[in-house]
Amino acid sequence: MEIELTPQQVQEQDIFRTFVSEEIAPYADQYDQDECTPDEVIKKLAEIGYLGAIIPKEHGGPGMDAITFGLLCEEIGRGSASLLSLLTVHGMVCQAILKWGSASQKASWLPKLATGEAIGAFGLTEPNIGSDAKNVESTALHSNNSYVLTGEKKWISFGQVANLFLIIAQCDGKPSAFLVERNTPGFSTEPITGLLGFRSAMLAKVLMNDCQILEENLVGRVGFGFSHVAGAALDHGRYCVGWGCLGLAQACLDACLSYASERKQFGSFLKGHQLIQQMIAEMITNIKAARLLCYHAGYLKDKGDPSLIMETSIAKYFASRMVSKVADDAVQIHGANGCSSDYPVQRYLRDAKIMEIIEGSTQMQQIIIAKSGYHSFALEKRRAREKEKA
Amino acid sequence: MTTDEILEKTKSFLAQFINVNVADDEDIFASGLVNSLFAMQLVLFIEKEFSIKVENEDLDYDNFRTLNAIVGFIEKKI
Repeated sequence: MEIELTPQQVQEQDIFRTFVSEEIAPYADQYDQDECTPDEVIKKLAEIGYLGAIIPKEHGGPGMDAITFGLLCEEIGRGSASLLSLLTVHGMVCQAILKWGSASQKASWLPKLATGEAIGAFGLTEPNIGSDAKNVESTALHSNNSYVLTGEKKWISFGQVANLFLIIAQCDGKPSAFLVERNTPGFSTEPITGLLGFRSAMLAKVLMNDCQILEENLVGRVGFGFSHVAGAALDHGRYCVGWGCLGLAQACLDACLSYASERKQFGSFLKGHQLIQQMIAEMITNIKAARLLCYHAGYLKDKGDPSLIMETSIAKYFASRMVSKVADDAVQIHGANGCSSDYPVQRYLRDAKIMEIIEGSTQMQQIIIAKSGYHSFALEKRRAREKEKA
Repeated sequence: MTTDEILEKTKSFLAQFINVNVADDEDIFASGLVNSLFAMQLVLFIEKEFSIKVENEDLDYDNFRTLNAIVGFIEKKI
């Protein structure tokens, strides 16, 4: 067993780190306050191939392996969780097309998603539907050679700027996935502002009022929109979020190590106080534990192992819980300073909470993980009984 | 690979997710025996174990509904 990055991955990690330290982190608080990610930032991400990171070379992308892509998500998450969500939702659309798109969908959309000519957003959640995702209320009516979509999507990250939406809607009562372009008549978006976290992720409400799209915009087949198309996209989303939590937690830790080395109370630096050391030690250990879960998920992803789905869910669950606690402690260590806009830890805490809600809430992951544990236990018992009989 | 070998491998995979004995022609999706993650896990299993690619045109529940259907689908694709 080896848990070690390749020299190429180490080199890429260094490049990602420098990019984020120079181009993202210094401006993230301002974007957060403005509730906006400037176009030029998105363009830059596209130009250097980060936006379409998972798109293979044959379709115009860099074709990053899963670990390298994870390292990219970690670094982007360290700089800005809002920007990480662009990589997440854009990547979810890329992943859905890569896995289940038709040849013509791949040929027409993947090169555009790789260059940033198309910006993807994922339209699953609705005003009345969150975790109960396969029961979305939006509908798609099949008529002649087209589908007519009606309904409303909510909390759509980068919905304000995306121009290609993967929409999940019921077609004859069966969940189905469709590619809908922003310029489709009857399609509109409304910005959502004033959020707790992910404030520069440009969330929007999506309104579809008799949006007529071509039949060929169906992704996969009718009835497979949730289980397979959204399933592939959400697995990708959980993977991005898990790694992004690592980066966000690392940013919290770095901020605390710096602050505790400069701030004096009771005549000594905070880092000398044992109760501060306890929080720092917990942060370091839990970040390392989450990193190993993410590495494991990435390793399985590169192998195409079926267990990657569950292991990614576990990595996302642990990493998002971990970052919530780490960010909470980071604000605690910073005291009143941590609650002010003079320090980024208040943004980290607000963003960390969102990580526990997106791409499957903590509670949904708990249900899935616990059930899987019971299945494994029962299977082991069954195998043991069969062995005894034999 | 023989039909029996494919059947055994597939049975063994399904056993990881379903605690009860599943008849070869029992609808595993309709019976509510599997969760929402299972569909993609099954796709990944088929692709990795038998070195085939499940494409968008293969998305038909008749290919995945029962153990027999899955085996038949794999045999067709190999």
